Amino acid sequence: MIRVELPQHLRTLAQVGREVQLDVAGQITQRSVLDALEARYPMLQGTIRDHVTQQRRPFLRFFACEEDLSHESPDAPLPEAVASGKEPFLIIGAIAGG
Amino acid sequence: MSKVRVLVGTRKGAFILTSDGKREKWEVSGPHFAGWEMYHLKGSPADPNRIYASQTSGWFGQIIQSSNDGGKTWEMPGGESMPAPDSPPKGHSNKFVYDVSPETGKPLTTHQWYDGTQHPWEFKRVWHLEPSLTDPDTVYAVVEDAALFRSTDGARTWHELSGLRGHGTGPKWQPGAGGMCLHTIVLDPTNPKRIYIAISAAGAFRSEDGGESWKPINQGLRSQYIPDPKAEVGHCVHRIAMHRTRPNVLFMQKHWDVMRSDNAGDSWQEVSGNLPTDFGFVIDVHAHEPETIYVVPIKSDSEHFPPDGKLRVYRSRKGGNEWEELTKGLPQKDCYVNVLRDAMAVDSLDKCGVYFGTTGGQVYASADAGDTWAPIVHDLPAVLSVEVQTLK
Repeated sequence: MIRVELPQHLRTLAQVGREVQLDVAGQITQRSVLDALEARYPMLQGTIRDHVTQQRRPFLRFFACEEDLSHESPDAPLPEAVASGKEPFLIIGAIAGG
Repeated sequence: MSKVRVLVGTRKGAFILTSDGKREKWEVSGPHFAGWEMYHLKGSPADPNRIYASQTSGWFGQIIQSSNDGGKTWEMPGGESMPAPDSPPKGHSNKFVYDVSPETGKPLTTHQWYDGTQHPWEFKRVWHLEPSLTDPDTVYAVVEDAALFRSTDGARTWHELSGLRGHGTGPKWQPGAGGMCLHTIVLDPTNPKRIYIAISAAGAFRSEDGGESWKPINQGLRSQYIPDPKAEVGHCVHRIAMHRTRPNVLFMQKHWDVMRSDNAGDSWQEVSGNLPTDFGFVIDVHAHEPETIYVVPIKSDSEHFPPDGKLRVYRSRKGGNEWEELTKGLPQKDCYVNVLRDAMAVDSLDKCGVYFGTTGGQVYASADAGDTWAPIVHDLPAVLSVEVQTLK
């Protein structure tokens, strides 16, 4: 079970709490986690990754295990603690205002 | 008895203000979508309980919402509810994808950046949603970077009318201070094939074939801030308004200058007349008097607040040139708000109601065509848009 923490605006959009839990098949990467997240909560399509390019939206960042993973390859394996469900994958809005 | 429903988009949510035909006592509903920028909400003329809303965020992108009960409840029209196991995800109602060249698969065109270099088109947000005059499921979305999209399935899916960007002048369009936004669309009630749009900073354009092909209609505009003040495109048009019974007569508030056209935009004449400043954003037409028009003069460049700290609406009963100031009930001291381009509307009651919202969070209403004003609300977030529905 993969744990994902969402920023406030996306919690209200998806009508969920701070953390959602997902079953993710295969290797645990940013792409596989976000694919699973958008499949479970389709209203989030386009809000985290661009519809066409599938790139991270510029004012969002990804963190896990106190590391900034925003600039890692979307296909790089996420830390073992995320894959095991011990630690959440954090989606965070940039601090600039809001 | 008639009712009035005022749809207000603000920087931090949407509000719905309702009153009976007297327009004295108001109920306020909201904030809807609290915390999101609500650029625009508008009801369908064919089904007033169908309302479309543009919900946007610099962080999370574009969302489209719709209501079928006059704004009491909302849904994302693409059916973005939880999918059943193994069902394909939907979630396309917020998907605005620019057309590419069918021959090369590459972007149709580039546009001019602030420094004059060419820049790729990048979708930012929907500025305005314009429902069809006859079909509740057909709605136009005008967006930044400037383009026109249409949905014919109740905003579930969107398709670009790319003849606008592709007609040839796109590389000359450039962003204004608010970005390169297509912000205004006017549908001709007597001719469903005729559409007008306006872009900052490109100018006004007209289609005679339902949006497939377009022609710049900027003859007569003069803009000192571009290399050729009379250029075919490049003008920073802020807003266009039309009376439903006079579809060939257009009124325009440009970056500077108030203009009118009596030939569907083929040529324009300045009608700024005795205005204290001819800069501004909004312009609108009285519901029953096609030659009675309203503007809110704003000081510029850069200041973008009313001259002398006095918030004044100006009304011309002669289609321009001769203007009277309307001040009763409006602050005449220390007022430094702005009135943005989509933030004025009129109702169609016998005594025409006029409404506008400010960046200070006030929504003012006049139930007597502008003679007197009173705030419906005065402490909302900055107002981005105001639309009015007159309900039977």
